This record gives sequence, structure tokens and C-alpha cells, in this order.
Amino acid sequence: MVAPATLRVVRCGGSTLHGARAVFSADSYLLCAAGDFVKMYSVATEETLRVMGGHADLVTGVQLNPHNHMQLYSSSLDGSIKLWDFMDGIPIKTFTVGSKLLALYALASSEDSVFVVIPKSGERDTFQLVSVKLAKAAGQDLEAKELSVVLDGVDASPKRIAFGREGEYVASVKEVNLQVFFFKRKQLNRFSVSAIKTKSGNNHFTCIACHPTEDCIATGHADGKIRLWRNFYHKKDYTFSTLHWHHDTVMDLAFSMEGTSLLSGGVESVLVLWHNESDCQKDFLPRLGSAIEYISMSSDGALCCTLHTDNRITIINSNLRFSKSIQGLIKSTDVKTGLVVDPRTKALVLNGEPGHLQFYCLQSDQQLFSLDIVQRQYIHQAGLNQADLVKVAFSAQGKWLATVEEREEVTDPELQLKLWFYDEETQSFKLNTRINMPHEDHITDMCFREMDELEDDSLILVTAGRDCVFKVWVMVEDTDPEAQQSVSWSCDFVGSYHNYQATNCCFSEDGSLLAVSFEETVTVWDSVTWDLKCTFCHPPGKIRNICFGRLTCSKYLIGATDYGFLCCWNLLSCALEWSAHLNVLVLQPDPLSEHIAAVSWLSKESSLFVFKPNEPRPIYIQRNLCKEKIQLAAFVPRDEPETIGSEKYHWLRRSQLFFLTDTQELMTLSTKSLEERLTPSSKQLAVEESLPVTPFSLLLGKHRRQQSQEDIDLGKLVHNKHKQDSPAVKELLHTPAHVLPSASFLCPIFINSLLISKENKSAEEVADEVEMESEKTEDDSDEERGVTEMEQEDTSPMELLGEMTCKLSKSQEKELRKIRKMDYSWISAF
Amino acid sequence: MGEFEVHRVRFFGLVPAGVRCLACQPRGGRLALARTDGAVEVYNFAANYFQEKVIPGHEARSVEALCWAAGDRLFGAGLSGHITEYDLALLCVACSVDGCGGPIWSMAANSSGTQLAIGCEDGSVKLFQVVPGGIQFERNLDRRKGRILCLSWHPSDTHIAAGSIDFLRVFDVCSGQTLQRIMVNYHVLKVRRECIVWSIAFLSSGTVITSDSFGRVQFWDWQRGTLLESHTVSTSAVLSLAVSEKEDSIIVGTSTGATYQFQLLPVKMGSLEKRWVRTKPFQHHTHDVRAVAHSSTALISGGLDAQLVIRPLMEKMQKKGYDAALRKFTFPHRRLVSCARKARLLLFQFSQHLELWRLGSTDETGKDGEVLPLCRMPEHLVQLKSKGPEHIYCSCVSPCGGWVAYSTASRFHLYRVQYEGDGVSIKKVPKVPKLLLPAYQLQFSSDSGSLFVASARGSVHVLQLLEPGGCKHLHTFRPPSGSPEAVYLLASSADGHWLAAVGGDWAIHVYDLKCFKHHCTVPTYSCAVTALAIHPVTNNLVIAYSDQQLFEFSIPEKQYTAWSRMVQNCGLHRVWLERDSPITHITFNPKNPSHILLHDIYMFCVLDKSLPLPDNSALLMNQSTLKQLPETARQRQLHAFKICKKFQPLLFADLLDENCLVMVERPIMDIKTQLPLPIQQKKFGT
Repeated sequence: MVAPATLRVVRCGGSTLHGARAVFSADSYLLCAAGDFVKMYSVATEETLRVMGGHADLVTGVQLNPHNHMQLYSSSLDGSIKLWDFMDGIPIKTFTVGSKLLALYALASSEDSVFVVIPKSGERDTFQLVSVKLAKAAGQDLEAKELSVVLDGVDASPKRIAFGREGEYVASVKEVNLQVFFFKRKQLNRFSVSAIKTKSGNNHFTCIACHPTEDCIATGHADGKIRLWRNFYHKKDYTFSTLHWHHDTVMDLAFSMEGTSLLSGGVESVLVLWHNESDCQKDFLPRLGSAIEYISMSSDGALCCTLHTDNRITIINSNLRFSKSIQGLIKSTDVKTGLVVDPRTKALVLNGEPGHLQFYCLQSDQQLFSLDIVQRQYIHQAGLNQADLVKVAFSAQGKWLATVEEREEVTDPELQLKLWFYDEETQSFKLNTRINMPHEDHITDMCFREMDELEDDSLILVTAGRDCVFKVWVMVEDTDPEAQQSVSWSCDFVGSYHNYQATNCCFSEDGSLLAVSFEETVTVWDSVTWDLKCTFCHPPGKIRNICFGRLTCSKYLIGATDYGFLCCWNLLSCALEWSAHLNVLVLQPDPLSEHIAAVSWLSKESSLFVFKPNEPRPIYIQRNLCKEKIQLAAFVPRDEPETIGSEKYHWLRRSQLFFLTDTQELMTLSTKSLEERLTPSSKQLAVEESLPVTPFSLLLGKHRRQQSQEDIDLGKLVHNKHKQDSPAVKELLHTPAHVLPSASFLCPIFINSLLISKENKSAEEVADEVEMESEKTEDDSDEERGVTEMEQEDTSPMELLGEMTCKLSKSQEKELRKIRKMDYSWISAF
Repeated sequence: MGEFEVHRVRFFGLVPAGVRCLACQPRGGRLALARTDGAVEVYNFAANYFQEKVIPGHEARSVEALCWAAGDRLFGAGLSGHITEYDLALLCVACSVDGCGGPIWSMAANSSGTQLAIGCEDGSVKLFQVVPGGIQFERNLDRRKGRILCLSWHPSDTHIAAGSIDFLRVFDVCSGQTLQRIMVNYHVLKVRRECIVWSIAFLSSGTVITSDSFGRVQFWDWQRGTLLESHTVSTSAVLSLAVSEKEDSIIVGTSTGATYQFQLLPVKMGSLEKRWVRTKPFQHHTHDVRAVAHSSTALISGGLDAQLVIRPLMEKMQKKGYDAALRKFTFPHRRLVSCARKARLLLFQFSQHLELWRLGSTDETGKDGEVLPLCRMPEHLVQLKSKGPEHIYCSCVSPCGGWVAYSTASRFHLYRVQYEGDGVSIKKVPKVPKLLLPAYQLQFSSDSGSLFVASARGSVHVLQLLEPGGCKHLHTFRPPSGSPEAVYLLASSADGHWLAAVGGDWAIHVYDLKCFKHHCTVPTYSCAVTALAIHPVTNNLVIAYSDQQLFEFSIPEKQYTAWSRMVQNCGLHRVWLERDSPITHITFNPKNPSHILLHDIYMFCVLDKSLPLPDNSALLMNQSTLKQLPETARQRQLHAFKICKKFQPLLFADLLDENCLVMVERPIMDIKTQLPLPIQQKKFGT
């Protein structure tokens, strides 16, 4: 691997799955737009099978090629339409249109053109539906400049245009107007509903669907009504009937394949099935979790799927039974819990559904599970104050979880502190202790004493509250014989300082010291005797964040004030070591190294500073990290340390830094170049070209590739084994300097540790691990891609190589694909 | 507009009877309506749906079905078992024939109007021949058990479809045999509940449409006996059904008060395959919609909440205008209240009794909009019950309050009322002259010295009232050219010189009371007269027509006045012409001769002839905006129409003296509380 010279901020996972209507392929795969990618899921196993990347901006439309059901069109804001072979994840063609594409429609009746919505040139916020002629020329990258306007003044949303029976007409809605254009007669009919405003909302159009076999248009409205329009080829004699169940906006509509039933969904998170367009016959699928954004039907009518606003895809059987769900990162409006890393699963933990805690796996971009903390029915109603989760803390081993929930009341907040114990049997958290009103006022911070020891006695939880105290909670033996558990938590100590509000709390790495900030002052307490040891203060300005240094820097305490100062105090001398003028929003120590990341916000851009507390000079500065305000950050330990060439990025070796911006975008820093991160799928075809095209060669090629990969992985593994240190060395290196014994005592241990012990790992074990590794590399390759590039990149030699290889002719390509699709498993019998 | 002391009267406890059935005159412009109390009303489409004729009800004569036959003859049938023909000129029952099959539930005329079929309690369908002067029994069709609730003729007159409980039958008219019997409850539930076919329609294509108590509207192929389509429109019964003449649209009414339109629409553009689609739902009623009718331009429904709703079909309208407005009629288009101005009494007319009330009084004054405390409460003086089963046609109280008169179909009553302190004594005047009955309108002269009785064939009788309680017939006016229609409106001048009378042919005759002769005829206008009055000072006759036009006719000069010509030249305001309820009463302010006071159900208007007429760009109802303007700007904005909509629905308004008004209101909510509870329906969010 070539070490690149730059760090790039990349969007990672958690991208919205509801950018466009999902599409069922003929052989039960689900294709949907996810950020800049098109994802392919298996309907049967809900697994992500393929991530197709190549667009440089959000994907806005996904449509099967009506003439070849193994191909897929996708459109993007980057102005290109791509034709994919989704079974292999290969982009076949790229058509560059030029302007932003906001929606894509493909029709069986139009031979060589698709329809897209583009902004009208010269006018803001007006859009038009145009048909794009897709040239049949050879070559991968084509220009598609032959546009013809079909409808003017359409809405940008893809839900507001629909094509009628056999492509005879197109209907579009905007505000209170419906326009229907008949292709054959070149006739445009306009209808409108009276713009009445009731207390339940206005009756603007929100979505549209056309009956597959009859001349019938269904429109959804903001007041929850569905209108079924008929006879709309007469300007005057048109008529409509109304179906009304939804109490709020109808978000999407879909007809069944025969048109006998209609599906509708809205913010009620209920899927409604209307039979025979009748108001009286309807079925419901309730409790779908969150508002339904899109509904799509499979072409055989056996399945339908709903895309939800909380990044979920629900697959539903034809008899309206819930079948499967695919859950991405839930973007709640306010992440109050912060970004927390679950030590057990290394998953990112944050607010999920209201009152729930989501465990989000960064590698697979999927929710691992959702833990119901509040355990109360969530009522979907505006203006209703409901209990929500505000603080989360894990103990060092992930054995204990502490959560704080509160209900926002003006007079007195309703608080609850819950302690959850990880049950190995059920593999989930179990409620151990519930403490009502742990503080009189809001809890501002909470932390466990992070001790690596396994015994539970040393586990201490500290909560800091706005009621001017911090409380220490310890486990006690439960004396009640009726109790099902042996331990429970109770308050051990209440500390306060001059009646100031406690704002932050933090334990030193060895757990011997507790730092609690009281407005302008940081107090340091002995965690055994709960004596106030010393205080630090950097007036003016209240303390915003505090943290202790780690490892070699554990004698330092870092604090950030809201007057824009970053201070570092020496705990041994009780003096200010250094301070810097920096408006720090986020202060995040890396748990595995002594590095501390600070994100500052200055004049509309966020900057990242990484430093070691013992030096006042930052080791890494990244100005203009992103334009948005960064709210939260977290270091997530890597499964294996990454090999990073540049000394500058050494701090990223063991952990990865993730940010959450105020637009709920999850970002990370990557050292890999853009080219590496992109799936080299576009080159796959080229690689295969060099092989002689025979069935054997295909099989052989695959086998060879696999083997070579294995070899590489094996090599890495061996290398890793060498680097693995004995516990003694680890202990030696990890213990803070001020608590280490004398060097003469440590010397023999250190020498011993350098001796190589006998390797007695069985070969099978190694093989197992190899398999896992190879899986992981695959995952990595298609996990993320860049959005903002910091600096000019070197052109990769790989790419040049790819360009040079001669291109296949069209017929050859087809031949090749045909061969690939054939089943040669019989060969293995020989 | 001027300030008035207003008696806001809300003690008129009128509850209009519910609508039982409707019948549109085939190819005609009239709608017949029967109410649950047996009253029959005729509305004229051409005269802006004016309630042209009213035949008051009869206790023993309920009407279950109405139909038009032989052009403009109206027949009714009811649970008394009789078929009744109504005389629309004399507004009474012309003849009545016993159907001999027990109570009659349904009746239908064939398309040519020569035959009537009735469906009886005993399960028989009987045919009657319509002959001049009556009907004649023709024969019975195949009789089976089960009452026949609805009937429909095939447009070719060869077959009749009849709906009963659980099944429908199709008869051959020639042979009288049952050709098909279709069970309708077959598909419903495991538990067998009886399914009542409430209404049926036979289309020329051979499709039979039924509506039943399970809330379904079903389409059947009668020859094969198969169900073509079934639409469930409601959870409760679908009570009524009507088909348009072109058979491309139907309207159904349900017991929840909702009505639905079904349309026969092509499935695809240009294809011949058509399907019935439920299109528009309407919820205008609160109670059962017992009757619906489909005119060529409107959907008409009548419910037990006494409302008649006419909902025009916008796609059939050429332009937006008067015809395109939704209309709801709850109250009759004539006045049921008469006022004794001097004695401050109000006489309320109910279907079978009269109530005489004395208005309350106050001795305080206050500012605009203030409610004054009463020093004397309004007082219910007398309740007069009419004897016999007949309902009251008309009633009147004399201006002095000393006389009360009313008429039923066969009797005329005159009472002398005397007030002694707080007590009231009432005495029937004996030996009233034998008149041509019934009387359609009664009017006392302003000096309470004589009574004008509007009668049939355009005649008006003049009775002289004698003290201490007697009367004698003075004269009978007849229109010079004669008229078959009854007089329905009267107006007398304050000086006792003139009398104007309007008959059913809408001709206005003015008679001279001094020399008992016909004075003149007002030029005929093509619309129904809804109100008229003679000005006390100028003796100008002010006439309001059902198309909202206003005319002023000078009786002494026998011609329209200059103001009236000016109004016709300039035209009235567009908004004024688009109002949908007729003016029911006109009165004047003697102190301010240029003022005309008029009202309909929804507004009270002071028309100031001295001010310019508003043009279409001006705001017609500008009283509230005028109030906010400074004096100079207000003068410029003033126009002739000063409209007050504070009192609704307004049944009667009159001027007691120069600054005292009486307004009789009947809030809809008060009527609703008198009605039985509607079907319980779950409303979202409650």
C-alpha cells in the first residue's frame, strides 16, 4: 500500500436510505439509493450484498432497465445516469447529462430514453421533466445531451410525478395543481383542488401514483386525504373520489401490480391497504416504527417495502405481514447522549428511536440492536414532552451501562438513572437498578471509574448535576432475600463545591483521582477518601470540557473553557503547564494512546487539533475540517492497528476518529486515497480482459485471486503475531509513570518478555482467522467514500494502468458476461 | 343603516318535518317533496328552486311514495293504503283510491306515465291505469310473501324490479309472472341477518341496482341473476337511490347522513368498457337521507333533519353563477309568523296549532350591540289547537291584536281575542260565511276592520269584521280574465284603498277596495313572486321575485316607478343575485319613506332608495367595513343595500314602530336537539 500524503474527511455510513424509491429486482434483490451509493440487499436474508459506488453525489433515482431486468439505471445530483449490471456490481455505461438530476423514471414504452427531473436553467426553484435520449454508442462514458422537455413547472420531489398505464400519460402534482400530459395526443390537462386551509393542514398534493391498467390517478394530500381521479382526459367531466384515513400528510402511495389495491403510508407509521378503491374496505399494518417515506412494490406483487425516515427498510409480504427490516443509522434530531463506544462490540452508541439506545456497527453500516431504555409507549404528537435519553456511560469492560433519562418539564424535570448489567446468557443488557430523581436538577455529566480489574467492587459511577453536587454511586450487596439480583447501586458520597453547579466529571486513567468541574473551577478529589485534593481555575470562563491525560501523560489534566482557552494543568506540581487560545467545542482523548483531539469552531469552520498533553505544540493541525459545526466526536479503537507510513498520522494508528456534525452527518478521517476507497469495480472488467475467455480461465482466475489474497493476509497475520506484546510489557508501557516501581525492579520482567515463547497455535485456527480477515477486507473496501478532498491528490499509477489496457468491444463484453452467468459448477465434478 | 331596538325572538319552537320522499318531474322542471307529516311541496327549478306550492299534511295521510304521471299529475301513496292524486292548482287532494293491499310502501310510474305500480305490505304488486280524472285498478302481478319496499320500471315498460326483504324480484309486466328472484343477503355473514333492499333502480341495459341495509350498493344482471359489482359505501343502511336520466350517474343516500355519487366511467381512455365508480361523497345531512333525486344538473337529497339539499354538478354547469351554488332549504319559503304591530303580539303557526305571544319590553336604553335587560318577560298568551286531523294552511293576527284567523283544508276559523289586564279571553266568531275553502293566505287590513281571504281560482274574499265579534262577507274579487290557480300572497295598503294578490300563475292583480273593482295587473314577469308589500305613503307596490329581482310599481300611476326602471337599467349587484334563498317578507318604515326593509333566511336588509346602487366592484356587505371608516370616507362608500347578517336563520322580521324591530330566529342547533339522536359515528380526534 502506498501511503498517501493527506488526510481526508469522508462521509462514513449512516447515509439516508430514503433518497429514492427502492426497487425490487426480478430475482428478489432490493436495490436502493444510500447516499452516494446504490445498495443491493438480499430480500431473503436482509444482508447487504453489494454496494455500487461511482456517483460523486447523492443518488436520486434508481430504476430497473425495463428492457433488461438485470440492469439498473441510477441518477445522481452529479448530473450523470449510470447503467449498472447489478448482479456483478459493474457500471456498464455512464451518461453525462450535465445538470443536477433530481428524479429518474424509466418506461418500457420508450425504447431508448429515460425521464429525469432537472432544474430549469436560469430560474431558481423551478424544475422540469425532460426525456433524455440515451445514445447507443459504444464506450463506457457517453454524453447524453439530447433532452426534450415534457412537462414544465414540476416539483423536485420524485414522488410527485408518475407515469400512467403503459406510458400513455404522465401526471405531475405541485401544490394544489395536477397536470396530466398525454403523450399520443400531446394534450395537457390541468386540474386543481381548492386551496383550503383547515386545522388539520392544507390540501396540497404530496404524492401521486398511477393505476397500472386503468386510467386512474391516486394523489395523496397534506391533510391526509387520498383522491382517486378518473375521466381526467376530459377537462370538465373529470371526477374524483376521496379516501380518508390518514390524519396527517400522506407520504407515499403505490398501486398493487393488478391495481386492485392501493397502499398508502404517512407519518402515522401505519401502512394502509385499500381494497377496490373503497373507503370501507381497508387493512392496516401498524407500528412500523417511524414515518413512511416511500413505498415500492415488487414486480410480481409478492412483496412490498417501505422506506422510513429513520433509515429503515421494512419488507412486507403481500398479505400485509411484516417480513424483514434493514436498519441503518437512526438520525435523531438531537443526539443528547453523545457518541459513546461500546467496549464490547466497538459499536457506536447514541440516541436512536425516541427513548431507545442504538448500537450502530460502523463496519457493516447496520444497527446491531436497539435497547429500549425509557420503556414507555412513544406517542407521536407535536408538542408533547416525553421522556428521552440524555446520558449514557459504559464501564470499562462494557459490563455495566448507566443511562439517564429525563422528561423536560418547565418546573421540575423528571429524572431517572438506570443501571444495566450485561447478561452473558441473553447477550443483552438487563436492568439492575433504577434510581428516581438521582439529582434535583439536570444531570450534566456521568462517568464510570475505568478500571481494568474485573472485580466489581472497585466500580464507581459519578454523576454531576446542575443541583450543585456530584454524587458517587457504588454497588452494594442486596440484602433483600426476595431480590433476584445480588447487587444493586446506591449513593455513597455527595460532594459539592461552593454551591456551584457541577458541569463535568472525569476519572484519571488509574482511577485514583476524580476531577469535577464546578463552573469556573476544576476540583480534584481522591477517589478513595473523597477528599478535595486541589482546585484549578482559569478565569474568566466556565469549564466546558475536562479530561485527564493518558499513559505517559497521566499527570496532566486538560480543560477547555468557554472563553476560548485550552489549559493543561500538571497534577504533580498543581500548576498550569501551558494554555492556548482556542475555542474548543469537543475534547476527546484517545483511550489507547496519549493523544487528545480537540475540535475548535472559529468563523464558520471547524478545525481539528491533535496534541499530547506534555507538549504545548499540537502534533497535527487540520484547519477547515468541515464547514458544519462538529457536535460530537469519538475515538473508535481499530480491530488491528493500521500501518500508517507518515509520522504525522501516527495518532490514527490504533483508533479511528469519528465526528457527528450538527446536520447529523457521521464523518471520519481517512488516510486512504479516494481511488483506494472506491471499489475498483470499474476495473474488474478490465482485469478479466487479460485472461483468455474460457470457462476454465474464469474459474482458474477466481481461484488464483483468492489464493493470492490469502497469501497476503497470512503474511500480515504473521507480522502481527510478532508485534504482539506480552502482558508484562503491556503493563509496563501502560502504567502511568508516577506510579511505576523503580527501573531495577522492572528490568528482569522486561528482559523475560523479549524471549519468544513457543508457538503452538494449530493450523486450523489460523485458517479460520484468515477467512475472517478476508471478509473484513472486503467490507472495508466498500465501506465509505470521500466527500471533501483536502488537497490535490497524486494520480495513482493503478489508474493509468487501467486506462491503458485495451477496451473490450461490445460484443466481446456481452459474450463474457454470458459466460459468467452460466453455471459451470459441473466442472468441479471432474 | 340606522339604529333599532330589536326584539330578538327565539321562542318560536318550529320543528320542520323530515323529508320522506322526492320525485323529479320527468323532463320537467319541478320537484315534488313529501314530508313525514304528510305535507307535499312542489319546488320549481326554473324559479330558482322556489317552493311554489305547499299542500299541508293530514294526520291520517302519510306519504311513502310520490310520483309524477301523465305529464304533470302528481300521485302519492302511503301507509294508509290509499293512492292519492293531488290537485296542484287547488293545493288539495283531488281523489283517493284504496289500493286493497294493505299499507303501500312504494309506487312507481312507467316511463310513459300511463301506468302506476304499487308495492304493498302483503307482497303484491298492483298495476293501476292512469285515466283522466283518476286512476283505475288494472291487475295484480304475481304475489309472494314479503312486503315490497321499492319498485322500478324498466325504461321499456316491459319489466318491473321490486325489492323486498332478503331478495329482489323481476316481473314481466305482460304476463305478470316473476321471471327472476335474486337473494341479496347471500354473501354477507355466517350469521343470517335479514337484508332489507331499501331502494332499487332498473336500467335500460338490464342492470338492476339495489341499495340495502348492509350499506351496499349492488349492481345485478337480472337475466342471469348474477352480481356484477358491489360497493360498500357505509357501515349503516343505504336508504335511497336515484339514477340520472342518461343512466350514467346515480346518487345514494345513507342513514349516516352521507350521500354518494356513482358514475359510469370508461376504464380506459377510448375503450368501451365502463365501470361504476364511487366518486363524490357529500355530508350535508346529520340524519337519515330518506330520499334522493337526480336532476339533469344537480343531486338532490332530503333527510330526516328536514333539510333539502340541492348540490349542482359543476361539470354540467356552463358558467359559475346562481345555478352553481349549493342550496340547503330547511324552512318553508313563506312566512309562518304574523305580527300585531300595535298590540306587540306575535302569532306563530305550527302544523296543528297556533301560539300567540306578547313581546317582552324594557325601559332601558343602551348603545349599539348591547343586550338590554327585560322588565317584562315575553308571555305566551294563547295556544289554539286546530280540531281534526287536517293541518293548518295559513293564519293571521290583526294589527290591533283583537282578531285571529286560520284555515285548514275544510274549515275556516275566526276568533275574537280580548285582553283584560293580564288575562286573555278568546271567543270563536260564530257563523262565519261559507267560503270557497281552503284559504291560502289571510290578511287583515291595517285598521283591523276587514279580513282578506285568498282563495282558489284567483279569487279574494273580503270579510268585514264587526264588533263585538262577528263578520260578514262584503265582496269577492276575481281576476278579470279568470285563473285556475290559487292566490298565495296578499298585500293591502295602509290607507285601506288597495289590495294586491298573487296567484299560482304569478300574475299580480291590484284591486280597488273603495269601489270593489279590479284596478290593474302588474306586467307579468317570468319568475315566482316571493314577497310583496304596498308602501304606506306612496302606495307603491314593491315586489320581490325568486330570481332576487326587485320591482317597484306605482299603483295610482299603473306603471313601474322611475327607481324601479333605474334598478333594471343598472342591474343589481352580482352577489345579491347569487343569494340562494328567496326574500320572504317586505315592510316599510313610515318615518323614512325611502327605506324598504326586506329579509330572507340569512339576512336582513334595509334598502335605501335615496342612495346609489352598488356596482359589481363594490363590496355588497360592507356594514362592518363602513364602521371602521372615518365619516367622510364612509359617505363615499355608502350604497343602497345595508345588510345585516347577525340574525340567522331569520324566519320573520318586522318593524313595530319607527325604531323598534322584531326578529324571529330559529337556531338550527335548537332544531337539532329536538330531532332523535343520529347514528353514532366515531369521529377521529374525539
